[in-house]
Amino acid sequence: MKTPIYFDNHATTPTDPRVVEAMLPYFTVKFGNAASRNHSFGWEAEKAVDSARKQIADLIGATSKEIIFTSGATESDNLAIKGVAEMYAEKGNHIITAATEHKAVLDTCKKLEKHGYRVTYLPVKADGLVDLDMLRESITDKTILITLMYANNEIGVIHPVREIGKIAHEKGVLFHTDGVQAVGKVPVDVIKDNIDLMSMSAHKIYGPKGVGALYVRRKSPRVQITAQMDGGGHERGMRSGTLNVPGIVGMGEACAICQREMPEESRRLSHLRDKLRSKFETELDEVFINGSMEHRLPHNLNISFAYVEGESLLMGINDVAVSSGSACTSATLEPSYVLKALGVGDDLAHTSIRFGLGRFNTEEEVDYVGARVIDVVRKLRELSPLYEMAKEGVDLSKVQWAAE
Amino acid sequence: MAYSDKVLDHYNHPRNVGSLDKNDPNVGTGMVGAPECGDVMKLQVKVDEATGVIADAKFKTFGCGSAIASSSLATEWLRGKTVDEALAIKNTDIVNELSLPPVKIHCSVLAEDAIKAAISDYKRKQEQRKPAEARA
Repeated sequence: MKTPIYFDNHATTPTDPRVVEAMLPYFTVKFGNAASRNHSFGWEAEKAVDSARKQIADLIGATSKEIIFTSGATESDNLAIKGVAEMYAEKGNHIITAATEHKAVLDTCKKLEKHGYRVTYLPVKADGLVDLDMLRESITDKTILITLMYANNEIGVIHPVREIGKIAHEKGVLFHTDGVQAVGKVPVDVIKDNIDLMSMSAHKIYGPKGVGALYVRRKSPRVQITAQMDGGGHERGMRSGTLNVPGIVGMGEACAICQREMPEESRRLSHLRDKLRSKFETELDEVFINGSMEHRLPHNLNISFAYVEGESLLMGINDVAVSSGSACTSATLEPSYVLKALGVGDDLAHTSIRFGLGRFNTEEEVDYVGARVIDVVRKLRELSPLYEMAKEGVDLSKVQWAAE
Repeated sequence: MAYSDKVLDHYNHPRNVGSLDKNDPNVGTGMVGAPECGDVMKLQVKVDEATGVIADAKFKTFGCGSAIASSSLATEWLRGKTVDEALAIKNTDIVNELSLPPVKIHCSVLAEDAIKAAISDYKRKQEQRKPAEARA
């Protein structure tokens, strides 16, 4: 077993060697511009792009023409939300989203608010899921778009996308979902799930960074978006810019592998995830799972180790790469807004760790990480005045803290 | 983020972890920070009645590695100092000793606050004792 061990697969994944293999010829030999119509270099590149488009469409139950290539999911989210807002401005100016969305969605919505759009940020329940009745009641005759993520990047919770899409369609509202964490990991079908637009990213599914896609539905309803970048009119006018052919080939191959291996891979990873969880719960007291276990990605575990601050825990397991919801590890110095939205107190948010398992993790690594974490949590609890007080029976919520 | 060797050393081998009897009149206890902020430091000093010198210092800290290191270092520095010398310890001394980056300066501030809180608790206890002793 080699260290450091990578358990942060929600942030990014290593590129699968099979994907790299598929990409290589498109850098040096088959380097043509897919938009070059008058020579074989261009045709070859275009053919490769078409094949990748098909691989991606197949994974999500779409057709090739419904796949628009972008630079990644942040661009896809921007293009979907701003593109719909601009295209359907005459119909209405209201957008519905949720408090736990990725910043690429939240900040895009905030930008639109500055331009006269109205945005409803739905709260989530303690399990991280939106309340469907509340969603229904939030829709007005001015609502043009509902944008809710398929699965959350911090807590791995999977929204009831099919029902959300059904509600949207009943009310004649478009439904966009950020599918970054779900596509390739759990079965996603844009038709059955009633999705009109979906953002995807290659580097979360063992593909390369710098390439993503937006699914834009062509039939019932036919969705139109206003391009956010002007230029050569590539991608049926929706996204100009020379196509990143090697990246696109890589994304296509990554999707094909996911489609073939998903049943086996998700079974294996959920087994490893459950093993890790049960280790923690058997050997440590006062550990709390954040978000629904029932509606959750197979490879995600987000857990709070009460009375142990997240960054100090990360420091103790310095040969393991994971993320923490602690303020000390974030650029903003605020604890996770996602956990906050679930009603997790700031005190517990500071103690949260996200484990994201992936294709290349092994059972041996899970055993090692489990033992390391348990060891460090025990050591830090010996150091924690809060753990001491809790053991003495002090109710920490009633203490008057001398905070600055 | 990269940690300095001294922060790593205190994190891996924290000095003077533990608790003193908070009901002992010669023990001063300072507890600063809040769980919601991600930092709580408990720092205790035990003052030798005869010499007025801090004979023992203990800490427990909930917080990041720099917070643990700051309080661990503080206990090292407190031992052997008089109460007045202890009050002269500045957060900038801790910043310099541990090479703390700007985002971790609040850890050193918290450690200074903890020292001041422990000393003031000790002084308060001593004040309360005096009239009792005078009567006796």
